[in-house]
Amino acid sequence: MANYTLKVRRYQPESGEGAYWEEFKVDLDPSLSVLDGLLQAKDRDDGSLSVRCSCRAAICGSCGMKINGQSGLGCKTQIGEAQELANKMAGASAGEEKAVPTEGAGDNTTIVVEPMGNMPVIKDLITDMESTHWTKIRRVTPWLLPHGEAPEREYIVEPESMIDITQSMACIQCGACVSSCLSMEADPGFIGPAALAKAYRFVGDPRDAETKERLHDLAHDPHGIYDCTHCFSCIDACPKGVAPMDQIMRLRRKAGEEGIEDPNAGHAHEMAFVKIIEKKGTLDEAMLVQESYAPGIKGKLKPSKRSIRETIKSLPTILRPLRNRKVKLRQAIPGTHHKLPGDAMQDVKAIYAHAEEHNEEFNLYIKGEDEDFVEPEPDEMAEETMTAEAAAAAESEESQS
Amino acid sequence: MSEGQIKVAYWPGCVSRGFTPELHGSMAIAAQKLGIELVELDRANCCGAGVIAEHNQELADTLNARTFALAQQTGLSMMNICSTCQGAQSECQQRLDADSSYRAHINEVLSGQGLAYEKDKDGFTNKNFLWLLVEDYGLDRLAEKVTRPLGGLRVGPFYGCYVVRPKERLGYDEHPDRDIYLEKVIEALGGEVVEYDGARKCCGFPVVTMNRETSLRQAGTHVGDALDAGADCLVTPCPLCHLNLDMQQPEAAKVVNRDLGLAVLHLPQLVSLALGAEPKELGMSKHIASTKWVEERLAAVPA
Repeated sequence: MANYTLKVRRYQPESGEGAYWEEFKVDLDPSLSVLDGLLQAKDRDDGSLSVRCSCRAAICGSCGMKINGQSGLGCKTQIGEAQELANKMAGASAGEEKAVPTEGAGDNTTIVVEPMGNMPVIKDLITDMESTHWTKIRRVTPWLLPHGEAPEREYIVEPESMIDITQSMACIQCGACVSSCLSMEADPGFIGPAALAKAYRFVGDPRDAETKERLHDLAHDPHGIYDCTHCFSCIDACPKGVAPMDQIMRLRRKAGEEGIEDPNAGHAHEMAFVKIIEKKGTLDEAMLVQESYAPGIKGKLKPSKRSIRETIKSLPTILRPLRNRKVKLRQAIPGTHHKLPGDAMQDVKAIYAHAEEHNEEFNLYIKGEDEDFVEPEPDEMAEETMTAEAAAAAESEESQS
Repeated sequence: MSEGQIKVAYWPGCVSRGFTPELHGSMAIAAQKLGIELVELDRANCCGAGVIAEHNQELADTLNARTFALAQQTGLSMMNICSTCQGAQSECQQRLDADSSYRAHINEVLSGQGLAYEKDKDGFTNKNFLWLLVEDYGLDRLAEKVTRPLGGLRVGPFYGCYVVRPKERLGYDEHPDRDIYLEKVIEALGGEVVEYDGARKCCGFPVVTMNRETSLRQAGTHVGDALDAGADCLVTPCPLCHLNLDMQQPEAAKVVNRDLGLAVLHLPQLVSLALGAEPKELGMSKHIASTKWVEERLAAVPA
């Protein structure tokens, strides 16, 4: 058993007061969860402390919260580990005056517990999942849209294609990724990681017949797939390994393969980047800006209204560094950035040819990592054999009964 | 920690030789003052910044395998000076290391160029300058080199997403403190760490051409939070963060509708200042947000 102090952000709408912090001292084994700690505080100190929970085993997805600023599940975060993280972060920023330990809690600092971010708070740690999370989930048409007559029996599909989407199917709708999303913090309209991972679940489903329409819709929404800022927060927040950002990147890849041009020029930016590296080996930033806004501006296409507007907006950003001599004039002219030496450029072009021919997606989720074979210890083997025997015995018993 | 001479295969990235040339120059000065030998990989290519992987994952993996193979040819471990390079390269390396047949497929095209990426060859690693400084150079050794302690300069750390997440890919099992290294370095240099909300958040750069307002709101908010917390400057190991936090700062100020004006230093600039280099040789006059205030504070402590 050990002592911990939970510093909980509390809020009761009926009080008419704003949110406030309250500390609860709890006493439990370090291997138990932060949720266990909260329930102990609720039991012993204040029955009005409100938290949503049910299974306590990371299955139901009810107890999403922020612990030391990290979004996750209360029931899947061990309180001992939360304490270590709290101590580490307090020590890092406190400098010479180290964090003041809480009274009666050894050298430990407080563990900060808050409701999830990017959602309105209903009470204490309970957030309104409807107004953001579920609304956005419904936004992506989260059901299968097959065409034609349904087969008499089940659909027959390749096992690998279904394994692929089991990653996004593993979502338990806890909202931890939504809570952690840094794009949504700046743009609440962003469809967000949970809903876009759900969208991939249908885009990647071989039974769905409206994949292209889905991709077109998600690319054309100004708060859609090209609004993700690639911060990886959702990947670390997800308690089930869904890796929502990876699914968003796959949506972009598929939208690109379909040749879908979007009003935010996300696809144009991607293609401009890819082509510049093919041409020069390293990135020519001025060319990237120009090509992202107005691909082929030099005679091929007429620039759109947006590209003219965005180019004008970006002018001060280009002119200031010129004034400070940060960037030389020739660097600011698209296409003048230095290029790799000739033989290195040949290597790069050969790589492009090879990769464009194969375009293999190596999916770690499906394929897993090479297991370096380790000879099992003799007693481990004995144990395994016994377990197998025990299982066989249990099975035969079951079949007899 | 290690007292030996450090010599690395050095990948400077694209932006340090493009829109943030002061980073490339100041890394050379920092290396010289620290006694780190840099063998520049001048034939290596862009990491793809995650964007090429969006288009064609195999292409990104092969381009980075080529860079790793060039580094392995030198017999040295690799060092980068860009969080984004670190993240994009680590992502490709994770896939390459996961599967020998995939690696063989990628090496097919490299073999025509006399190259091959080999997993774990001579304990090959690829580390951002920040990681190398703490894990290989050592904070004690760094502190001994300080000739001009930063004298209470209040520095806000800004990591860049690609060196803090995802933890599982970026070696946090082995090095769990990688998300507090900037704080450790600031302290070793005699500076004061400023705690503010944005240190490990996103600068917004990846969407600046697609959704300018979302992007600049992120940059402006973090700069504003650091100012409110009393920072004299920010420090970052990522030149792309620098573009959004410094080069775009006047535009970000308009989006968040407040005055900003906070110097943003590249990590090698901060290190070099504490090791006695002059702001001018570190290219600080090229920054968009004025570094004058930082220079005035440092002038009070002569080198």
